[in-house]
Amino acid sequence: MFCEKAIELIRELQRMSDGQLPAFNEDGLRQILQEMESLYEQNQSDVNEAKSDGRAELIPSIKLRHCCLLRNQRCVAAYLYDRLLRIRALRWEYGSVLPANVRFHMCAEELQWFSQYKKSLASFMRSLGADGLDITQDMKPPKSLYIEVRCLKDHGEFEIDDGTVILLKKNSQHFLPRWKCEQLIRQGVLEHVMS
Amino acid sequence: MSDPPSDDGSDAIHDDGQDVMTPAELIAKLEEAWLNEKFSPELLENRSEVVECVMEQLTHMEANLQRVKKGDAKASMHRMEIDRIRFVLSSYLRSRLQKIERFFPHILEREKSRGEGDPSLLSPEEFAFAKEYHANTETYLKAVALKRMPPNLQTVDMLKAVPEPCLDSFVFLRVKERQENILIEPETDDQREYVVDMEEGSQHLMRYRTIAPLVSSGAVQLI
Repeated sequence: MFCEKAIELIRELQRMSDGQLPAFNEDGLRQILQEMESLYEQNQSDVNEAKSDGRAELIPSIKLRHCCLLRNQRCVAAYLYDRLLRIRALRWEYGSVLPANVRFHMCAEELQWFSQYKKSLASFMRSLGADGLDITQDMKPPKSLYIEVRCLKDHGEFEIDDGTVILLKKNSQHFLPRWKCEQLIRQGVLEHVMS
Repeated sequence: MSDPPSDDGSDAIHDDGQDVMTPAELIAKLEEAWLNEKFSPELLENRSEVVECVMEQLTHMEANLQRVKKGDAKASMHRMEIDRIRFVLSSYLRSRLQKIERFFPHILEREKSRGEGDPSLLSPEEFAFAKEYHANTETYLKAVALKRMPPNLQTVDMLKAVPEPCLDSFVFLRVKERQENILIEPETDDQREYVVDMEEGSQHLMRYRTIAPLVSSGAVQLI
């Protein structure tokens, strides 16, 4: 049946429920594009025949094929666009450098889109106020000034605002200003200890 | 701002604003803009003058804090205050950016058809971002799939493909200025349209479309 491959592509995304990014389905996309090409060629020849020989009975099948073509196009665009939205969410979650296992699932053009998105976002944030504002920080309303954090890996020395230098060693616990730790927590260097 | 954004022009407005507004009023303005933006389904007009003033205020407060002695209890109170303001500001800008990304074709279309002198929804920076986002996404779709499709199917109409903001969604609101004769349109066929008066300070739940002009004029506050 026509369009089955396209539906399969969409289903694949739907199955990965919580915004995860499955591997880019290059093969599926190629098959859809092939199907579209053959549908288009058949339509072309039928249209020519219908015009030259006046065979009106060909028109319904031309219409059917055209609908399939449109549907395929729409499904492919939806597949690609939904992936972009997931990739966009990753920028806000992980910061500007994506983990290797996520990058592995993206195609070359997606990586390109991502780096362009990164650039647009960065120049937007730079343009705020005199020296910019990182709006990917402060994702949650601040509850307290200092938070208890545990170090999950060795990170080396870390300077806080008042000039004190502390050593972030694996498994050590610290009481640090929240605004300095948010990024490190999201990168997985620190863990917020809830008490 | 109906003037073209020139350097001295915006500075003048900016200075005026600072003279008449106390920091407390400024923060109240920011919070108002933030809540409205957070709860309205569509993008509201930009309040870049408020954003700019708050940014300046934050820098100012940070600088003051540097002068305070280490270990002063007042310092951590101020620090907390700065954090809170920065959160509200970031959250406000984030929700605007999210809406721009979600509805970019419609927002850009509206920007294009905007008459001269009408205020723009987007700040110049947001407009630049929206244009880049649009171009980037279109280039991407073209490169990956569309250029390999049959010739008559190589374009996607973004305006049709990307969903529009749902203006019929319901919002909670508080009335700041008394309103008379608000026309409520029927929801179902067996209802008829009717008018309501809204007292100052009262709270309502109604469709966004009905009160959209009141939100932008500041007569009601979304909550």
